[in-house]
Amino acid sequence: MTSEILTRATTASSEQDEIVLVGRARRRDAIFAGLGLFILFVAMAFLLALIADLFVDGFSRIDMAFLTDFPSRRPERSGILSAWVGTCLVMFVTAMLAIPLGIAAGLYLEEYAPKNWLTDIIEINVTNLAGVPSIIYGLLALGFFVYLAGLGRSVMVAGMVLALLILPIVIVATREAVRSIPQMIREGAYGIGADKWQTMWHYILPAARPGILTGAIVGLSRAIGETAPIITIGALTFIAFLPPAPVQPDFPFVNFDWLHAPFTVMPIQMFNWISRPQAAFHVNAAATGVVLLIMTLGMNAIAIWIRFRLRRRIGL
Amino acid sequence: MTSRTHPIAPASKSLIKAATAAFMLGCLLTPSFAQQAPTVLIDGSSTVFPISEAMAEEFQNKQSGKILATVGSSGTGGGFKKFCRGETDITGASRPIRSEEIALCKESGIEFIELPVAVDALATIINPGNDWATCLSVAELKKIWEPEAQGKVQNWNLVREGFPSGRLALFGAGTDSGTYDYYTLAINGKEHSSRGDYTATEDDNITIQGVIGDKNALGFLGLAYLTENAGKVKAVAIRQADGSCVEPSIATATDGTYQPLTRPLFYYVSKQAADAKEHVREFVAFLFDADNQKELVSEVGYVALPAEAATLALMKFESRKTGSHFEGGSKIGVTVTDLVQDAAN
Repeated sequence: MTSEILTRATTASSEQDEIVLVGRARRRDAIFAGLGLFILFVAMAFLLALIADLFVDGFSRIDMAFLTDFPSRRPERSGILSAWVGTCLVMFVTAMLAIPLGIAAGLYLEEYAPKNWLTDIIEINVTNLAGVPSIIYGLLALGFFVYLAGLGRSVMVAGMVLALLILPIVIVATREAVRSIPQMIREGAYGIGADKWQTMWHYILPAARPGILTGAIVGLSRAIGETAPIITIGALTFIAFLPPAPVQPDFPFVNFDWLHAPFTVMPIQMFNWISRPQAAFHVNAAATGVVLLIMTLGMNAIAIWIRFRLRRRIGL
Repeated sequence: MTSRTHPIAPASKSLIKAATAAFMLGCLLTPSFAQQAPTVLIDGSSTVFPISEAMAEEFQNKQSGKILATVGSSGTGGGFKKFCRGETDITGASRPIRSEEIALCKESGIEFIELPVAVDALATIINPGNDWATCLSVAELKKIWEPEAQGKVQNWNLVREGFPSGRLALFGAGTDSGTYDYYTLAINGKEHSSRGDYTATEDDNITIQGVIGDKNALGFLGLAYLTENAGKVKAVAIRQADGSCVEPSIATATDGTYQPLTRPLFYYVSKQAADAKEHVREFVAFLFDADNQKELVSEVGYVALPAEAATLALMKFESRKTGSHFEGGSKIGVTVTDLVQDAAN
């Protein structure tokens, strides 16, 4: 094809052909762009319609009482206090486990691991794990954490299973972020006499932080909406009390009893309300959906803000 | 490159490290469980869930935090699995315990006390625009739902001579639910056996939506869903042995005239939990208090036990009479009166 174009280009009469060729290429581009725009528009329209529907149904139901009341048999008296507290605690445990572990694993694979068949296998596994259905993680956690390790159906186990679920996402994001750092930063660090650890800790990690953070937030945003693994490990549906507070007045001032507390999370509360006969419960479910959406968007907004600040400071 | 390259100041960095370390340490050092108030652990059928929720809510209010109660919604079968492992104190069931579940409980040494808690009716529903199938006999319903009907009975005119032609669209409870088990037993004569080509769902609201949207639709679900959607869907009256047509309602379920789709709901209480835990005993006493029964069970849309039956159920509990009255299978046509006798025996 190339040689064909070249030979044609050499002859004087081929200018006409060139115009035709360029025109054809441009048309193809225009068709593709138009098609892409159309598909994007359709996808966005569906998404926006769904979100708008949720807001129309649920937004007016959200008030202070809805956020500070426990669930009740009467829809108008019901609130999501235990659900959102549960969601926050579970997400906290998930973040505390998945982010440090994921970053460490990603850094190791990218910077330290020798390139051999073993790391190849690990790599393939990590990538595939990101596609395993979440219910499988739930069953694993039920068998391993709940029954075998005897950790009970608690906040901690929920956090652990969601951490496992998003670990591959964090690892892959870390690796990609580290890989995209310009070589000159590394060379610069070595040039001023830094050893490998110093280079990583002071230069690679800070430079990769925006990418890592994005991966972590994508993972947490997925985890916050998960229902299947949490139901499998036995989250409750009605719970009208909060886990013990993490701070206490006497020594040692913090306690971790809440890790072992029974809990529920917002997607489960939603699931329960949407399957009830009374229409007023369906409104509650929509309102819970709105709160969940706002939480997720809030998390994303914070991530974008931090990333923006970090980027500016690092000057990349 | 100057200090600008350190995005986080050393002080805050070590703070993060310290916090993480403290958290990890904390996780390791908490074998001692919370000195939390005693908690009644309830799980089981999603049909019984509204009753459990109402009871747990009021019980907790009355105890003002001295005793807590949690309710799960694992379904009747899932509930029994947890119950027989000794993980829960009380489990709700929309059908009697099965023989394999009895064996499972026996294996782990859990004895149970079977207590009827309320009566529920299953409703067969049609579109309001359907003016022909307002009263069907069990035999006609069987013609629609039996396994042999699969792929064959697709038109209303095959159900009864003279029915207009129209493609049957069927909706119903999924095969995991107690509702499905009871409906198939009552209509097809065999538990857990029906045609497979219908829209099965664990969420009865889907059945409602399906029937609203199709003039030729027919579905079955719990009475509470019919009551909440009165006007949007229509109940099919069931032709009784004496030829009368009886519609499902609280009244006809109470007096036992709506047959055979009236079914009892149960609580199974672990004898071990009842013996060992005072708060479980208190909760059961609260459950079968005649006033609570009347008020709370009716409020969530079921037929409460008459005062006499509630008292008898409580007596059965107090004498710790274990085992199932149903010998591992549902009985159809159980009335509230039967439940009173069942509780007394």
